[in-house]
Amino acid sequence: MADLSAAYLGLSAALFAIGALGLIRRRNPLVMIMCVELMLNAVNLTFVTFGNMLNDAAGQAIVFFVLVVAAAEVVVGLGIIVALARRKPGLSADDMNVLRG
Amino acid sequence: MAVNYVVFFICALICLLGATGVVFSRNPVHAALSLVATLFGIAVLFVQQSAHFLAAVQVIVYTGAIVVLILFVMMLLGVDQEEDIDEEPLLGVRAAGTIVATILLLGLLAVFFLQSNRSTLVTGERSVTAPLSVDASLDSTKGVAETAGPDNMATLGRLLFTRYVFAFEVTAALLTIAVVGAVVLARRPDRLQPVPDEPESMDDDFMAALESEAGH
Amino acid sequence: MLRLTWLIPALPLLGFVLLALFGKRLGNPFAGWVGTFFATGSFVAAVLVFAGLYQAGGERNFEQHLFTWLPAGDFSVDIGFLVDPLSATMILFVTGIAALIHLYSIGYMHHDENFPKFFAYLNLFVFSMLMLVLGNNLLLTFLGWEGVGACSYFLISFWFQKEANASAGKKAFITNRVGDWGFMVAIFVVFLKFGSLNYSVILPAAGGLARTTATFIAVMLFVGACGKSAQIPLYIWLPDAMAGPTPVSALIHAATMVTAGVYLMVRCNAFIAASAEWVSWLIAAVGCLTAFVAAMVGTSQYDIKKVLAYSTVSQLGYMFLAVGSGAYVAAIFHMITHAFFKACLFLGSGSVIHGMGDEQDMRFMGRLQRFLPITSATFIVAWLAIAGVPPFSGFWSKDEILEFAYLKSPILGFLGLVTALITAYYMTRQVTMVFWAPARWGEHAVREEVALAPAAVVAAGEGEEADAEAAAAAEVPAGEVVTLVNGLPVEGHEAVVDPHFHPHESGPEMTIPLIVLAVLAVFGGFLNLPFTHGTEFLASWLEPAVRLGYPGGLEPEGPSPLLKVLFAAMSTLVAAAGIAYARSVFKDGDRAKAARFEPALLQDAWRYDRAVTAFMGGPGRRIFDGLAWFDRTVVDGAVNGTGVLIRSVGRGARRIQSGYVRSYALGVAVGAVVVVVLMAVRVLSF
Repeated sequence: MADLSAAYLGLSAALFAIGALGLIRRRNPLVMIMCVELMLNAVNLTFVTFGNMLNDAAGQAIVFFVLVVAAAEVVVGLGIIVALARRKPGLSADDMNVLRG
Repeated sequence: MAVNYVVFFICALICLLGATGVVFSRNPVHAALSLVATLFGIAVLFVQQSAHFLAAVQVIVYTGAIVVLILFVMMLLGVDQEEDIDEEPLLGVRAAGTIVATILLLGLLAVFFLQSNRSTLVTGERSVTAPLSVDASLDSTKGVAETAGPDNMATLGRLLFTRYVFAFEVTAALLTIAVVGAVVLARRPDRLQPVPDEPESMDDDFMAALESEAGH
Repeated sequence: MLRLTWLIPALPLLGFVLLALFGKRLGNPFAGWVGTFFATGSFVAAVLVFAGLYQAGGERNFEQHLFTWLPAGDFSVDIGFLVDPLSATMILFVTGIAALIHLYSIGYMHHDENFPKFFAYLNLFVFSMLMLVLGNNLLLTFLGWEGVGACSYFLISFWFQKEANASAGKKAFITNRVGDWGFMVAIFVVFLKFGSLNYSVILPAAGGLARTTATFIAVMLFVGACGKSAQIPLYIWLPDAMAGPTPVSALIHAATMVTAGVYLMVRCNAFIAASAEWVSWLIAAVGCLTAFVAAMVGTSQYDIKKVLAYSTVSQLGYMFLAVGSGAYVAAIFHMITHAFFKACLFLGSGSVIHGMGDEQDMRFMGRLQRFLPITSATFIVAWLAIAGVPPFSGFWSKDEILEFAYLKSPILGFLGLVTALITAYYMTRQVTMVFWAPARWGEHAVREEVALAPAAVVAAGEGEEADAEAAAAAEVPAGEVVTLVNGLPVEGHEAVVDPHFHPHESGPEMTIPLIVLAVLAVFGGFLNLPFTHGTEFLASWLEPAVRLGYPGGLEPEGPSPLLKVLFAAMSTLVAAAGIAYARSVFKDGDRAKAARFEPALLQDAWRYDRAVTAFMGGPGRRIFDGLAWFDRTVVDGAVNGTGVLIRSVGRGARRIQSGYVRSYALGVAVGAVVVVVLMAVRVLSF
């Protein structure tokens, strides 16, 4: 499994990078949330892989918590988007730029 | 074993294609569906690494709840219009983003692979929490590999409710707060001034359409 | 009795406050009596303190602390008074003469509408002067120094409604300020070196200073003294200061304020002793030169007060000559006798002016001895004193200075002797023109009316303005009539020329001080007769104050008895010569003959004022503009520039906060990249 572990890590690195790229590029808030989910999943994969490499179940426990927090975060994020999008139908992340210097 | 490699390869491909789909789809619904594909791929990879419980949770919670929630909101708010992703109003974000992501990827790969002593560096020292196999305070002396199958759940459960019980309770409280927050946020305000060209209710068009249809 | 010291400055201060607050209500002449009362009270206190010090014997050094004025960490300055022989001597004659002049002013300023204000200022002045003299540290002396400068400004411009008087006040203040800069720098350096400004600390320790430091301090103090005591090149304010009322001229510009510089030099003699050789030479040379130059100018002035002003500058030069020659006692001695006879002369001239209906031009006076008997008697006594006729006081003090100057350098002694000759000459000129020459006022004026043809107008006009006159001459109608009195145009002097005009003697408030001062001028010399050590009261009295002033701690050889006799003879001869010569030229009132002895250059005071104006207006102005530009652009620019810089940096940095979530996300990603790269580098370097 050692070789594959390396591949797992590489895959998660790639997923993370793609997620970061998507977060920066996309304007649609929902798609941005999806990119965040993508990054979180990449991290989950990394944790599980490490847990496997080290023969430690803590990696999976951490993923559990990540999952829970991601769920909570999505709930609140979507609530915000709903509250905002009611006023402006064609919502985009760029529209919310009032808090600037 | 060859099967592992093949499985990994296929799943990796699915994940990457899904990720690319999320980022580059014009239609947000297509993006959501690509995300589902990625999540499934990752679930399979979890199974391959003896994290059966997590794989199940991933499918049920992540794919089954979170992505569905996103799709609901998309439909509710009508945000399913195609986003114009060719145009980029902010200067240089596209290029900078690409560069940054590339460097991030390369950096991470470098960290993972370019070391002299593979066994120690990537993962640093032995992890802080010793594996269950050597922990005397816990019943099971089985490591991860030995706990494949239903024992995996038991091990995880034991961990969660003994060693990490505090974090567990805290995340439970977090969930509760999140639910309350979501309810508050999504409440329809009564005395709010509507935006001039915004309909009073999203239902109005629908109801009007229904009435006009009923009238015909 | 020494504990009464604080009363000495406190009484005039109280007087000032009372007069400032209630002066108008007290009115004329009660305000004057109040002011005089406080000044006299101060004098009485000074006498008691002097007696106390005399009785105390021993070191004759008493300090009284009132309270701490400036506590600043390690450095603290208190309000404290130092009573030692030097300050005791000074307070005596300062308060005494001030009291007399207060009395005099009651009569002189009788018709002035700002009568109470005058006395308020006078009291404030006395307070400042006493703080200057009694202060036990350099900062208190400086406080008094600035105070007298400010009061001098107030009093010179007392009649500020006339432009010339206001300008004179400004000139005095500004010129003083230049000197004050030197004083301040000296204070800073003293503080730097000693950490304290108290005389009891710095003077004994001055001997231990490095030579260059002591030189610097001494020179800076001398710069300050030059400004206050009107030496070259900062004497220009004193003649102009005659624009103030005559009592002011007598008090401030003859007896007290201008002696502050000499006092400072004598007080800080320890620094002079510790400094390089050339410092004392510098002081002596400047003093001698000033004495000579000013005396020359005094020979050609027509204003009765201007003569006395230049005379003051000249006598101050003598005092600095004494300081430079190491004869501190002689300087103080001359200061005292000068205070007596110069105050008497000024007050006398004030009486003359008062009696002549505010006429100040000597060419329109004459024969006044008959009409102003007391004034003329006291004036003549003072004249004899300043001319150096034995046994009047001026003879003794001036002689002592000349002897010490000669011992320092024969050139200085000789120049001093020549100056004494000129002094005798111009003072006799003044006395003759005012009191003995044929009268030119009232019915005695020889009046003639001259019809001038246009051509004659051109000829009679000033030589330099001939071209302008030629152009204007065409407008002058032929046969214009001009009144001349004894060959002089009358314009501005009509009151005096009026046939019914009669000069009158002044009242007792004015004549009593004159008499007192005249008596002092006669007998003042007995303070320090040079016959034996026993008669040199002043020298032995002042010894503790001046003993630190001798380089190497050795008191230099005084003049030998032979030298004393020689100089006594020479000064008497010189005085007699001057008197005789002046009498011969001026006694019959022949203007044509006299005019030959009053060259235009000297009338214009060596054109020095004009040179200063030209410099200040021309290159001076450019320098000042340059400095102002520097201050505006570089100094202010640096300060404002800091603000501007921060603002512009802020404005630029603000743009990072664009408000766009995505750019923030990009920032976070960049941060993450940095961390990863760091990790990678660590990993790779393993």
